[in-house]
Amino acid sequence: METVISSKIAISAVIPMVTTLFIMASRKKPNIREFWSIFGAVLTFSSVMSLLPYVLAGISYEYTFCTLYPGIHLKFHLDGLGFMFAGTASFLWIVAGFYCIGYMRGLREHAQTRFYVCYAAAVGGGVGAAFAGNLFTLYLFYEIVSIVTYPLVAHHQDEEGYDGARKYIIYLMFASKAFLLPAMILTYVLTGTLDFSTTGIMNGIFPKDANGLLVSITYFLCLFGFAKAALMPMHGWLPAAMVAPTPVSALLHAVVVVKVGVFSVCRVMLYLFGVNILQTLHLGMITAYLASFTIITASIIALSKTNLKARLAYSTVSQLSYIILGVAMLTPNGITGGIIHIANHAFSKIALFFCAGAIFVATKKKDISELGGLGYQMPLTMIAFGLASLSMIGVPPVSGFVTKWYLALGAMDLANVVLLSVLLISSLLNAGYFVPIFLTSFFDKPKNSTQGVSNLETTPLMLFMVIPLFVCALFSVYFGFNPSFFINIIKVIMG
Amino acid sequence: MEQYIQYVIPNTLTYPILTITIMFPIIGACIGLFISNEKILKYWGLFITFITATISLPLYTHFNLDTAKYQFFEMYSWFPYLNLDYVVGVDGISVLLVLLTTLVMPLCILCSWSYIKERFKEFLFVLLIMESAMVGVFVSLNTILFFIFWEAMLVPMYLLIAVWGGPRKDYASIKFFMYTLLGSIFLFVSIISLYIQTKTFFIPALMDHTYSFSFQMWIFLAFTLAFAIKVPMFPFHTWLPAAHVEAPTAGSVILASILLKMGGYGFLRFCLPMAPAASYYCMPYVIAFSLMSIIFGGYLALGQNDVKKLIAYSSVGHMGFVTLGIFLFNDEGIKGAILQMVNHGITTGALFICVGIIYERTHSREIKDNSALGMMMPMYVTFLVIFSLSSFGFPGTNSFVSEFLVLFAAFKKYKVIGFISTIGAILAATYMLRLVQKMVWADSDGHAHHHDDSHHHPLLDLNSREVITLLVLVVFVFWIGLNPTPLLKIMDTTVVHLINQISSGMSLPCTPVHAQLMNLDSTINTIITF
Repeated sequence: METVISSKIAISAVIPMVTTLFIMASRKKPNIREFWSIFGAVLTFSSVMSLLPYVLAGISYEYTFCTLYPGIHLKFHLDGLGFMFAGTASFLWIVAGFYCIGYMRGLREHAQTRFYVCYAAAVGGGVGAAFAGNLFTLYLFYEIVSIVTYPLVAHHQDEEGYDGARKYIIYLMFASKAFLLPAMILTYVLTGTLDFSTTGIMNGIFPKDANGLLVSITYFLCLFGFAKAALMPMHGWLPAAMVAPTPVSALLHAVVVVKVGVFSVCRVMLYLFGVNILQTLHLGMITAYLASFTIITASIIALSKTNLKARLAYSTVSQLSYIILGVAMLTPNGITGGIIHIANHAFSKIALFFCAGAIFVATKKKDISELGGLGYQMPLTMIAFGLASLSMIGVPPVSGFVTKWYLALGAMDLANVVLLSVLLISSLLNAGYFVPIFLTSFFDKPKNSTQGVSNLETTPLMLFMVIPLFVCALFSVYFGFNPSFFINIIKVIMG
Repeated sequence: MEQYIQYVIPNTLTYPILTITIMFPIIGACIGLFISNEKILKYWGLFITFITATISLPLYTHFNLDTAKYQFFEMYSWFPYLNLDYVVGVDGISVLLVLLTTLVMPLCILCSWSYIKERFKEFLFVLLIMESAMVGVFVSLNTILFFIFWEAMLVPMYLLIAVWGGPRKDYASIKFFMYTLLGSIFLFVSIISLYIQTKTFFIPALMDHTYSFSFQMWIFLAFTLAFAIKVPMFPFHTWLPAAHVEAPTAGSVILASILLKMGGYGFLRFCLPMAPAASYYCMPYVIAFSLMSIIFGGYLALGQNDVKKLIAYSSVGHMGFVTLGIFLFNDEGIKGAILQMVNHGITTGALFICVGIIYERTHSREIKDNSALGMMMPMYVTFLVIFSLSSFGFPGTNSFVSEFLVLFAAFKKYKVIGFISTIGAILAATYMLRLVQKMVWADSDGHAHHHDDSHHHPLLDLNSREVITLLVLVVFVFWIGLNPTPLLKIMDTTVVHLINQISSGMSLPCTPVHAQLMNLDSTINTIITF
């Protein structure tokens, strides 16, 4: 593989950071402030997309910013996996940028400048992590994301907000300090470097004769250290983080933040340890079972939740583990299914959260039982919700089906009945907690019958929300019909 | 000169840089006594400290990286009868601490600008004398000279706390004085006994001499007591919170940034090279105490409601990493320890300046009186967050590098120690985030805007003097955090030389008891090293 040294790769991560300055500077003029937010998003997305030809051609960009110690650099590196994540995150930032305007203004939220600044910085952290060339850089951006999302979770500054935010930061910081830091040091002790492997996913950076026990310990420290991946038992922060405004839950706790976690886990599994070591030490299978446990348990908990955002949160916990499960299968089909779900889940889940937010802004309703008759008041929203739910369940031809298809192929490659049945049972559970929402909204009578059946989606501010969420749902369907864009990139990843 | 030349490189600059760096603040202090206008006096103090910092800069730019010998060496005959000369010079360890001292002093003047309201002339005098003494400690190559400077620091620091301190200043200053004096006595005893053994006061020569094991043990214990109090290492740390809480801002900054470093410096300068076998013998105990400092300091910091006390206890934890790194006896450990000393000086100094700034506005150091500052003082909060992140080793900031190196050294040597010291890193994140959460945001019982009720005027954000003070330190936080290589290069040769000294000294003949303990030690090592 050809490697080019160029600072171009760092630009995508820098743009959101620079955007924050512009947002801060225009804090007195909301229109200009939100223009900068969207402009920054568009710029970030186009700079990420400009790298696409190099990704497809297998050319690798690399840029070392500075060296801390021999083998520890601040280093960026372009490859397919990072591109997938950065592209998804920066594209959805554009959509979310419009949605934020509708939501934040619709609810007359306070401290909107702080909100937009932290929002942009979080995306910047995510893109930086996507292009991180070694474990240190990944850790740096991972931690930046943790810190800048704290003000977003605590946004309402009431007791609930502080409690949720405290839980959030304690989980994430504890995991990264207690597990990730030792994991990084152990990696450095064992290999003398923190750089990810540049020779593909088969061989990691650990020497063949490394102590198996130590490698396994390092692996599990990584797996649980990236608590943003919400692998049980490190998932508790995610439902707590739902006290944040919904655009935060949507872009950050369904796309950027959680995907930084899952992405980091994938990155570490494939490029630090490598398929061979994980197979030799049987770590892949153990991880797959841990993920399966999370999938089933989180789905069952989701069934019991009546708050819409809480249900979506637990659905996120379970869906994230699909990604880990796929990669942990360590077969080409499994890995494809896992990685493609980074994008598929992002488009569908952000649409679902957007719907929840739009419903809240229009009707102040948070509970599923209150949604009766809403399908007629907010038809576009609920149709989008239905489409995105189908993707979550994995019904063809919506994008979630592609994921489950590859995951099932992966499980069959392994001839593993347990994993296959986990996929089937979890799909049933997914249907169990998503279908009733849709049905309620269309077939239940409104509880409070004095409400007129008027369309709530026609005001301009509502359109700022409804159009983005519908676009996301449509993209979900599109990627179900035509996943070749992602499949091509994944082909490059697999070599 | 002949007896020194094998250890030193004579000063190649055209002027005696170290002597000027020592003497300049003293002269400035004396002239300052004749200035009666307080405003002029402030600028005078700033001028003197700034010029001192500028004078000391060639120590960095002209430092010879290829040698472990003492550079910028100066010698003047002093007391020939005892073979006692005035000798000063720096190596890769002390040069960084000298530079740290001269960097921090102008900031101390700046942060006292409006804090010190009475007796400014005397304050400045004490501060400048202090600077001379601190630089003197780091550059002396002679035990007597070292001891004189060491003691010379004591009285000005005592005065800083006792005259300009808070309500319990008498208790705090006496406690500080007694503890440090106790350490000094043992220091003096070992200096004399070293002279009796070797008939020299010259530190490099003392390092080269080989001592019997029992003698090493005695001087090691005496030195360790003196330096452990200074560091401070658990259980000798109790003077520190008291002194910090009562001291004025500049006093806290000097105490945290420079004075604590003398303990670590002493370990590197005296204990390790002069008593290598004893150091090795006592290593498990010192490491145990370091770990206790790390965990105990962090744990106590967790429960503090006084911001200054919290940072004081965090210092105990951070300095635990220093002693831990030193006593791991490997390259990364010692480098990490030295870098941690510099970083702690920058970060904790900055945090104390932050506390001083808010104290001037609210007249309270309690966390609950200083909560919910985010909306009122956004600039202040930005700085506070940066320094807090740096304090718990956020990647990209200075402390991360040093903490990483020490932890790496620990994991490399004994993985168990590595895992235990990770607890310290977790605790650090916990207490700093708790502090930031409470100070930046409201506490959850809804006292979000009490300032407006009690003070009737909103708190003013930073003025330009305060911004400059903190900005200087922010630059260092990120500069060292992202590019520590120049600093690591400066100490490289010296640290390698030091490790050679230690490892050649470890093969001394052991007593039977010692041999048995060594056996036990190695058995434990095999068990815990997987």
